[in-house]
Amino acid sequence: MTDRAAITEAVAAQIEPFNKKGIALTDATTFQHDLEWDSLTVMDFVAAIEDEFDILITMNMQAEIETIGQLVDAVAKLKSE
Amino acid sequence: MTDLFSKFDALIAEKAALMATGVRDPIGIVMDEVKSPTEAVIKGKDTILLGTYNYMGMTFDPDVIRAGKEALDSYGSGTNGSRCLNGTFRDHIDAEEALKEFYGTSHAMVFSTGYQANLGFVSTIAGKGDYVILDADSHASIYDGCFLGNAEIVRFRHNSVEDLDKRLGRLPAEAAKLVVLEGVYSMLGDIAPLDKMVAVAKKHGAQVLVDEAHSMGFYGPNGRGVYEAQGLDGEVDFVVGTFSKSVGTVGGFVVSNHPSFEILRLVCRPYVFTASLPPSVVATAATSIRKLMHAHNKRAHLWENVKQLHGGLKALGFRLPTDTPESAIVTVLLDDQDQAVTMWDKMIELGVYVNMARPPATPAGTFLLRCSLCAEHTREQIETVLGRFAEAGRAVGAIA
Repeated sequence: MTDRAAITEAVAAQIEPFNKKGIALTDATTFQHDLEWDSLTVMDFVAAIEDEFDILITMNMQAEIETIGQLVDAVAKLKSE
Repeated sequence: MTDLFSKFDALIAEKAALMATGVRDPIGIVMDEVKSPTEAVIKGKDTILLGTYNYMGMTFDPDVIRAGKEALDSYGSGTNGSRCLNGTFRDHIDAEEALKEFYGTSHAMVFSTGYQANLGFVSTIAGKGDYVILDADSHASIYDGCFLGNAEIVRFRHNSVEDLDKRLGRLPAEAAKLVVLEGVYSMLGDIAPLDKMVAVAKKHGAQVLVDEAHSMGFYGPNGRGVYEAQGLDGEVDFVVGTFSKSVGTVGGFVVSNHPSFEILRLVCRPYVFTASLPPSVVATAATSIRKLMHAHNKRAHLWENVKQLHGGLKALGFRLPTDTPESAIVTVLLDDQDQAVTMWDKMIELGVYVNMARPPATPAGTFLLRCSLCAEHTREQIETVLGRFAEAGRAVGAIA
């Protein structure tokens, strides 16, 4: 499994408890429109991702992340730094 | 062509639907007459004010009123200018002197509102490459200070010492960091474990700002706030506060012992590029602040009122966010928007003004009615309020 695939899998696992409607996940799935998350859910999810990967996703970065694919890329970049 | 207002269509429709149910407009309350810090007339009805943040009841204090009138007579109705140009009068300096006496600090800077104090301070002090670490439940003015500035913004879970510690630990050790905390969180009325949080912040080399807007005058030996009550005098780098609550007028401030603090008067845009407060406002503030230093009886009575209301609401069966009262804010949790609006409307009809709040102003998707107590509320008024809460609560099914 590539690094990216491993991160995608780990991210999907973190999305699961917040995926109340059982939406199918792809790189293009958006947090706001497809998953219909409010700001509070986003906050809890970001904290979970930060703890999972031991990284920090600032609010500045969060503003640029709309899809799962973008999040996976951001995590990969933060982990490599 | 897209109408710029179309983004608000959903909200406009939601409000119209709410109004169509026949309730009064929650943001359209007009105080036609104000009789005292605790009583007003709304649409011809005598109303007990239980949602004004007038914690210490200073708005009708005779000394405060006199100071305002004298300043109005001697200095006119306004300053017409920035603090940095023609907008600093004798009483602006006096208000800052009063703050330095009150907080025991070497510096005090008065802003035109409390909102601007947070907006200006946070956006100016934390620049590109610096970090602001804030509680998720922070006031809008703190968030807006973050958005106005260029720093990296990191949130931690509300009041979680562990979460704060973890996030600070992931930041570059050499970066400048500002941890922003509040003594009292205004929606649920809960207080922060500042003693533990400040220790964690210091461990990671961060500087600390505490917003004590909702605690001035009635926490700690000198009434400085929750940080003083928790033994942190001298440990907190910056304290931000407001004149619009306990002080009883309008304005905001930051106090500090930082040796370079005064440079902010040159670089803080929300301080520089706005007109200063009218002389009557700063004169009332200075007088009020000095009286708050010795208002021990008021303080004691305020806490009695808090206990009476919190205990009474609990006994009636209302859901409250804290088991014991932690501040002068007592919040009643409700099920949904319908219940909150209907109950709020019923309370107004019965002659009690409280605040209603809903997301995104509230944490964790809560709908609530918020009461704030005043040192001038009488025991009898609180009894009356409790009777009306019982009636309205039963009417909407919030209590049995």
